[in-house]
Amino acid sequence: MKILIVDDFSTMRRIIKNLLRDLGFTNTHEADDGLTGLPMLQNGNFDFLITDWNMPGMQGIDLLKAVRADPKLASLPVLMVTAESKREQIVEAAQAGVNGYVVKPFTAGTLKEKIDKIFERVAA
Amino acid sequence: MSQVQPQTNHQLDLARDIVASLEAGDEQGAANLIVQLAGARDSILFQEVGRITRELHDAMNSFLSDAKFQDMAENQFRDAAERLQFVIETTEQAANTTMDAVETAMPLADKIHDDAERLSQQWERFQSRQLGVEDFRELTAELSDFLQQLQGDTSSLQGKMSDVLMAQGFQDITGQIIKKVITLVQDVEQRLIQLIRISGQNSEKDSVKTDRIAKEMGPAVPGVEHGNVVSGQDDVDDLLSSLGF
Repeated sequence: MKILIVDDFSTMRRIIKNLLRDLGFTNTHEADDGLTGLPMLQNGNFDFLITDWNMPGMQGIDLLKAVRADPKLASLPVLMVTAESKREQIVEAAQAGVNGYVVKPFTAGTLKEKIDKIFERVAA
Repeated sequence: MSQVQPQTNHQLDLARDIVASLEAGDEQGAANLIVQLAGARDSILFQEVGRITRELHDAMNSFLSDAKFQDMAENQFRDAAERLQFVIETTEQAANTTMDAVETAMPLADKIHDDAERLSQQWERFQSRQLGVEDFRELTAELSDFLQQLQGDTSSLQGKMSDVLMAQGFQDITGQIIKKVITLVQDVEQRLIQLIRISGQNSEKDSVKTDRIAKEMGPAVPGVEHGNVVSGQDDVDDLLSSLGF
């Protein structure tokens, strides 16, 4: 399972990376915004994308839309992990085709639950 | 208002005179009076513009001659930006120190756990007399190694714990720095409010607009109005399930 973590804060990337490792996912890669993340996704055969929303360069929501618009990436499961907590934003992300939405601050349990749920649904 | 009242009376007088002139058939006289009336209207406007300009000018001057404000513009803002940058660096450093410690401690804890599990299985076998002499000799050697290693491992765990503890010291420093910046921002806010009051309504609307844009992104802060915000992960889950997730 190859996972891309996109967040502009290196500490948050590190936290997510550590949590994923505890969950048994060791093949993780990092990008600091959508602009660097998108080309990695296009060339990297990733199985899963975890992205923040508010980032310089290209925002997470735009990355999500770009992923859904790219025929090769359209079915990639995307989990948004973000401090953005407005209802309209969550609705926007859902409409853009996000597979899960975790608000920061979050617990290891929440992240695991959402990831499990996404893979259950993908497998079904 | 005290200026306006006599002006209004004056205008009323002029208006009556215009009517009287027109009734008397004095068209030229009426035309002159109408020009006077318009002039009076203009002069009120000019007086008002003049007053606002003077107040604005005075306020600007008092800002400029205010040493504290000048210091604010020249030094304190740059200073505040540097301070906040320092807050970012300090918190990042603390987060990394903590994670370094955790990343070193985790495998140690895992190793202790695995060794203890393995040895306790052997020990159970010994207690139920399933262990041969050779195996028992091996077990005692392993136990002795384990206990020795345990001392070293737990003291490095203690070391890592204390690293984590010490790394939390950032809160004190960053708290003080942020408090100072808050004071500066509040000070500037007060002065800007004065300026906005003088310069009138339009700027108020603009400030509301920029306010909204500035609040658009970023984490919700308790006590600050952010619009329609979810209260936590459960709320997010409810909203998403209402959307068919």
